[in-house]
Amino acid sequence: MSASFSSQEITFHPEHEDSTKPIWRTFWILSILTVIELSIGLVIYNIHKGENPNATLVLAFKGMVCILTLAKAYYIVSVFMHLGSEVRNLIMTIVFPLCLFVWFITAFLWDGNSWKNLRNRYNRVNKTPTEQVAPAAREKGAKD
Amino acid sequence: MSIAAVQQQTKWWSGGRSPFNASYGKVMMWYFLMSDAFTFGAFLISYGTIRFSQNHWVDPNHVFNSFPFAGHTNLPLAFVSLMTFILIASSVTMVLAVHEGHKMNKAGVEKYMLWTILGGICFLGCQAWEWTHLLTGQHEVLVNGQLEYWNTTVAHNPFGPEVMFNGKEVATPGPIAFGSYFFEITGFHGFHVFSGIIINIIMYLKAKMSHFEQRGHYEMIEKAGLYWHFVDLVWVFVFLCFYLI
Repeated sequence: MSASFSSQEITFHPEHEDSTKPIWRTFWILSILTVIELSIGLVIYNIHKGENPNATLVLAFKGMVCILTLAKAYYIVSVFMHLGSEVRNLIMTIVFPLCLFVWFITAFLWDGNSWKNLRNRYNRVNKTPTEQVAPAAREKGAKD
Repeated sequence: MSIAAVQQQTKWWSGGRSPFNASYGKVMMWYFLMSDAFTFGAFLISYGTIRFSQNHWVDPNHVFNSFPFAGHTNLPLAFVSLMTFILIASSVTMVLAVHEGHKMNKAGVEKYMLWTILGGICFLGCQAWEWTHLLTGQHEVLVNGQLEYWNTTVAHNPFGPEVMFNGKEVATPGPIAFGSYFFEITGFHGFHVFSGIIINIIMYLKAKMSHFEQRGHYEMIEKAGLYWHFVDLVWVFVFLCFYLI
């Protein structure tokens, strides 16, 4: 039943699950996570349509969506790509550099936010238009 | 002896074997996917930086609210949800193809590879529709006191902050960066989907021509599967960054 080893380098053949149940289970998990993410997106949409959008609430929802996406990524990499059943050193080779991403994201988003604050404080042209400031908005668009 | 015992007692780094118990091809595919992950990560993070440096950014619920054949009905994020499900489904069929490969079931591998290829082509078709819709769209925008109708390109962004004009709310031009980032990142991802489809077609043909039967294993399907799942994974993050956040 099992295939011959694909190369001389392989020491032991990983155990093979005969049924497709874990695959379909993961499919349902991914689908449900996606539906939850979309519902949260809808909630954010409705908050923005409302009178006084609560910025902290929106941020909390966006945070939830990020966590759900990370969960989806975990299931895809661990089950679909079989990384979960590989040798631990291979798992670490992949996971450890990706931890750099945490700092990568933090640093750059912090930077972007800082640019916005600095521009708002010091740049005379960079004001959010309210009434008839179309030429300035256009200039801002051209600047970016 | 049990696999765990084999794993404990083996001298992994003394030569003569792969220290990861995986073939060279598979390990190299993982390393390539890591490098690609950093490339996409760099693109998405730079998008995040620019986006958060702006006072106003487009609302994806307003930009992406159309559905093919639904005219002007407001269906926020409906089409992109369909695209996400298509890609997840094609990932599932790919895993099933790899599973059939482990059982040396040639017919099963062929069947599931065909479904995966079909899913990929459907996704690309949907993406093409989305692009066409943005590039040929007509959105009302107030420019220099005049009402114009703009499409969304790398030079035009009609989804800027809204102002009052003649008693109703009208958009003004928005940050140009949106178009560049959207088309560039989804384009780069679409290119990966396209190359993935080509690879999958080649895998299907090789399976059909019994190359893997003769070789004795279907590991190449597994490696192609890794690439395809990576493409799906990137889409999950593109979906997050552009449509949800």
